Amino acid sequence: MAESRTFTLNINGKAHTVNAAPRKSLADVLREDCGLTGTHVGCEHGVCGACTVLVDGKPVRSCLMFGVQAEGAEIRTVEGLAAADGSLHPLQQAFWEHHGLQCGFCTPGFLMLAVGALEENPDMSDDDIRDLLSSNLCRCTGYQNIVKSVRVAAAQMRGQARS
Amino acid sequence: MTWIGRRLRRFEDPALLLGRGSFVADRSSTAAAVKFVRSPVAAGTILGIDIPDGASVFTARDLAGTKPIRPILERPDYRAVGQPLLAVDRVVHTGQAVAVVVGRDQADAEDLAEQVYVDIDPSAAVVDVDAALAEGARQVHAEAPGNVLVEGRMKTPGLDQAFAEAAAVVAITLRSGRQSAAPMEPRGGLAEFDPASGRVTLTASVQMPHMLRTGIADVLGMRETDLRVVAPDVGGGFGQKMSLFPEYAVLVWLARHLRRDVAWIEDRRENFLAASHSRDQVFGVKGAFAADGRLLGIDADLRSNVGAFSCYPVTCGVEPLMAFAELPGPYDFAEYGVRSRGVTTNTCMMAPYRGVSRPMLTLTMERLMDVAARRLGIDPWDIRRRNLIKHFPHKSPTGLVYDPATYLEAMEAAEQRIGLGEFRARQKRLRDEGRYIGLGVSVFSERSGYGTPAFAARKMQIVPGYENVDCTMDPSGYVDVRIGASPHGQGLKTALAQLVADELGISPEHVRVISGDTDATPYGWGTFASRSMVIAGGATKLAATKLADKIRLVAATLLEVEPEAIELADGLARVRQTNRSLAIADAARAAYHQSYKFPAVGAGLRDTALYDPGGTFSNACHVAEVEVDIGTGGVSISRFLVVEDAGVLINPMIVDGQIAGGVAQGIANALYEEVVYDDAGNLLTASFADYLPPTAAEIPEIDIVHMETISPATVTGAKGVGEGGAIGAPAAVLNAISDALSPFGIEALEMPATPDRIRDLLRKAGISPHG
Repeated sequence: MAESRTFTLNINGKAHTVNAAPRKSLADVLREDCGLTGTHVGCEHGVCGACTVLVDGKPVRSCLMFGVQAEGAEIRTVEGLAAADGSLHPLQQAFWEHHGLQCGFCTPGFLMLAVGALEENPDMSDDDIRDLLSSNLCRCTGYQNIVKSVRVAAAQMRGQARS
Repeated sequence: MTWIGRRLRRFEDPALLLGRGSFVADRSSTAAAVKFVRSPVAAGTILGIDIPDGASVFTARDLAGTKPIRPILERPDYRAVGQPLLAVDRVVHTGQAVAVVVGRDQADAEDLAEQVYVDIDPSAAVVDVDAALAEGARQVHAEAPGNVLVEGRMKTPGLDQAFAEAAAVVAITLRSGRQSAAPMEPRGGLAEFDPASGRVTLTASVQMPHMLRTGIADVLGMRETDLRVVAPDVGGGFGQKMSLFPEYAVLVWLARHLRRDVAWIEDRRENFLAASHSRDQVFGVKGAFAADGRLLGIDADLRSNVGAFSCYPVTCGVEPLMAFAELPGPYDFAEYGVRSRGVTTNTCMMAPYRGVSRPMLTLTMERLMDVAARRLGIDPWDIRRRNLIKHFPHKSPTGLVYDPATYLEAMEAAEQRIGLGEFRARQKRLRDEGRYIGLGVSVFSERSGYGTPAFAARKMQIVPGYENVDCTMDPSGYVDVRIGASPHGQGLKTALAQLVADELGISPEHVRVISGDTDATPYGWGTFASRSMVIAGGATKLAATKLADKIRLVAATLLEVEPEAIELADGLARVRQTNRSLAIADAARAAYHQSYKFPAVGAGLRDTALYDPGGTFSNACHVAEVEVDIGTGGVSISRFLVVEDAGVLINPMIVDGQIAGGVAQGIANALYEEVVYDDAGNLLTASFADYLPPTAAEIPEIDIVHMETISPATVTGAKGVGEGGAIGAPAAVLNAISDALSPFGIEALEMPATPDRIRDLLRKAGISPHG
């Protein structure tokens, strides 16, 4: 097994210097070495999307990427979504209002998937939203409330983008 | 205005949305990591286990002082089989734990586990339920000749007569593929050893913490007080997390033996291999019908593949005996013959999964109705209209008593809303264009909220059912509600707070519900079987009512009026029809700090209540509209309607969420998900790339309509609602497929109705699909 390496990750605008094995996934580095346990691990083979984070603005399965590969990138996780004053991001607020979560295990992955896509294009059609969300699995909600939450948040983010 | 009935946002959500949830894997990174070495074959004799030098590896030999998990049904037709914590001498399914490795961290434990070599002399596996029942089939367990672990049989005296007099006898056989509950968070546990007290705290992703404590203490031979079980945030369960699994007992054993903290966080592959499965069932039924479509009697042969072991505590009787008792469903007929067997095979253990048998028995009855309607030339809605239960209380042929429900009314409401006339016209038009759409209906009951009498009738040695709730108002006027139910995503804490708020006249935000900690909650039965709102909710309401009486007594004394004159509302204890009042918080302070003034109350404000109801039946009608592509065999669902009657809705938003989630799992059962073993018992679907839960692209909008029959059978008037979606959806979808394919006379559907299977049926019907 390769020796551990020391490297620095930029997560939610903050530098985290960690000492971890090169084979360790980004998800595990975030959770175990950076103490950011909001990113969840659901399948470890890149299907369920519970571990989705943003790497340089793009949604990434953090279970399929090594932690060392993320050095130099801007990483965003669910912990960085709310405003500094603690107020919820429009997506978080919409999930709360529209019952977009039940057990909450898949939720951080869905939030990061959606925030990445909506920041790139807040004008997504309903079909685009549904297509996007089909990247991730949820076992509790039956998805409709997730779709609805993202739709509502998109409208709000469009409003914010214009103002 | 009451809090009950409001779509209140859940108190559970902010932490989960902010990434501050606390699941077991979020707490375990400093503990030593545990990895199980699992059998690579389905059946065989263990010849030896080679362990790498110096590695911390344990096998059954080390666990010699422990007992196997061996739940009991006190029935003469039950064969108890033991599940050892680690395999002893032989293995009986792929994925069975054979050894356990303790490493510094997960990677280290996995590296070590790969170096453990288990030498097994394999033998032929018994995988399929009917193969296991065949004459001369190899016996999975010495205790179970013929591989039958449990068998329920009955026959009413008039059954033969009913068949003799029938205008038509309709025989069908239905098969459901094996399904996994597949919660998004797999299983996992952290066992922490406290050197000061010698106690172990097991934090685990479970639905039934108290039962787990009892079960582990029993198999390890330890005092139950030396173990605390905590269920933190749990990432879905759906039944899979209610059983006692050997892994948890091994964790506690390791923590005590090594005197250190150990954690096992299951990966997805392990969850598919070794957690539990369900719905691997073959149901053959014959229905005797009168010429006018009345169902006179049913004769049923029901086979459930229960896998290699019997799940604790409910046993492998859970699927076969549920099918035995509840097959008649929402239909009123007198004559019933049934043989329902639980059959052991070299596959992963069957355990409860949302709906338990009822998706299959509903599919069976609903397919029977459709096939009989076609045979007799009756409209499918009419044949149901003639047979649904209309008078209450109704007693089924198996002795179940049905409380008032709206079987007929819900179906007729669905019939109205779906627009049958418009659909039939569209169906005809599209058929002319070579497109095949179909409409399927499913009417069913969801038995829920049953207490000890129902479980005792099953002859379980461990009889779950009741709940005790402790309701305490502290001196500042805030309330703690301690429950033995163990919610894991249902939003129960919010719904119970709404109940308490109405009883005590305070805001639900002032109510904290404490669950999932055996040190902090009364002994209870966790969350399963659509029981929590009915039973824990009932006990909560009863306890809160008693607490409200005490608050009224205190306030009445302070305001110098009779207690009957006090009403509790808006945080105040008010003298009715006056402007005199006292803050409830002030009454609480007085109850604790001037208790001498209220001898009738005693010191402080606390009360408890026990609730153990007989049970209730929710009901619903599901309607699915599908389109079948006869070229590819693919099925898409374009509309889905649910007319549900779950009694009083405490929080309609949560109820709708339960229904929608259940329907999605039912659609998955009908079209997508299947656990597949090969003939040698190797699991072919051990990842989400092979086992296919549906995504947002497959699940349609679900139109939900409520009816509200106030149940006299529960104290809140609420009926259970956790499972109905999963129970009714498969039948609606399969009936819709059959309707779509009716020009080809296709009736013999099985679940999941995958494109492969549909194409196969089309080929047999003489249609040649592409590919």
